[in-house]
Amino acid sequence: MYSVSYHRAASVAEAAKLAKGEAKLVSGGMTLIPAMKTRLAAPSDLVDISRIDALKGIKVSGKTVTIGAGTTHYEVATSDKLAKVCPALSHLASMIGDPAVRHRGTIGGSIANNDPAADYPSAMLALGATIVTNKREIAADKFFKVLFETALKEGEIVTSVTFTAPAKAAYEKFRNPASRYAIVGVFVAKGAGGVRVAVTGAGDDGVFRSKELEAALAKQFDAAALASAKVPAKTLMSDMHASADYRAHLIVVMTRRAVAAANA
Amino acid sequence: MSEISLTVNGRRVSASVEDRTLLVHFLREHLGLTGTHVGCDTSQCGACVVHVDGKAMKSCSMLAAQASGSDVITIEGIANGGDLHPVQAAFKEHHGLQCGFCTPGMIMTTVDMIARHPEGLDEATVREELEGNICRCTGYHNIVKAVLAASKTMSKASKGKAKKAA
Repeated sequence: MYSVSYHRAASVAEAAKLAKGEAKLVSGGMTLIPAMKTRLAAPSDLVDISRIDALKGIKVSGKTVTIGAGTTHYEVATSDKLAKVCPALSHLASMIGDPAVRHRGTIGGSIANNDPAADYPSAMLALGATIVTNKREIAADKFFKVLFETALKEGEIVTSVTFTAPAKAAYEKFRNPASRYAIVGVFVAKGAGGVRVAVTGAGDDGVFRSKELEAALAKQFDAAALASAKVPAKTLMSDMHASADYRAHLIVVMTRRAVAAANA
Repeated sequence: MSEISLTVNGRRVSASVEDRTLLVHFLREHLGLTGTHVGCDTSQCGACVVHVDGKAMKSCSMLAAQASGSDVITIEGIANGGDLHPVQAAFKEHHGLQCGFCTPGMIMTTVDMIARHPEGLDEATVREELEGNICRCTGYHNIVKAVLAASKTMSKASKGKAKKAA
């Protein structure tokens, strides 16, 4: 790891002031610290926001769920009040990394990093979540740009995410057998805004919504509605783990499974 | 440099470390607690697992400065004097190790796992929970046996304590 200056921020305002130039925010650091160790990332400064209480916790009020950006995957996976209104998100969090990683990694870090194989971005898109920062509110549809890029500007910090709990939802992922990352992950949600299907692990530009599958499921929210469904492979990733065609096939299979799980 | 201050195995320690110092290097090189191992160094293998504020974490993937103010427990801190911790005893009894390199991490993960599953554990759950710990000697058969045995001993012990308390 290259030399770095560490700062612990006591508040979001202080963190925003420090997060300038080549500085980076760190919370759980489950992506950033390994990236710094391999010198893929070399920030001048690290601004630690993991001890800011205002960024933590899960609130459920009726159907409205708000999760602080500094809430760990473990806390999301084991929250009773979240499990009551949106068990699909608890389930997703329980499948990230391993127990030690879930104890440190945070939802804010995951979505701000926008790794093309991360789990949370698909949930945010499918749930039509709003990403709240220290400056504004951004719809998930506008938040995730391309691989590792979001709408966040310099000094802008994700403080929470909020969404309306869907009537039905589920997340299914097909893991790489070695890394356990999603080769394809699909989050399906049926809520007031209709059916939304978001796919992670597969898109050339990162997480995306599948118009084809959403259209098929809008008519009938049932796995049977996808019997002849197809998604185009043109904009999907091809790598040593899976070809674009195989990923296209997996997207339909994972969506079918997710719909079945959501209806169960 | 960062001035850090934390509790390690119940002892207050303060030190001045380079900001980029990883927690595992601080434990091993500054404090001489070499029971915590560096295996893969990429947060996959779990040889470096310690408890930070009561939760299992990979000490190769956090900075010592991030742990300042925290309560850290390492493999050296779990036995009660000369008496092995029940998880250590179960690994010994069931031969849950061969070369022993992964063992400190396995044991720290197991202690955390049992604490999170007071209702008890089954084999499938243990195997899933061990996802972040890799053994390259011989496989997981005896490790899983040891975890299940320790989970049973510890739930009996806590029930016994509860009875006494009542």
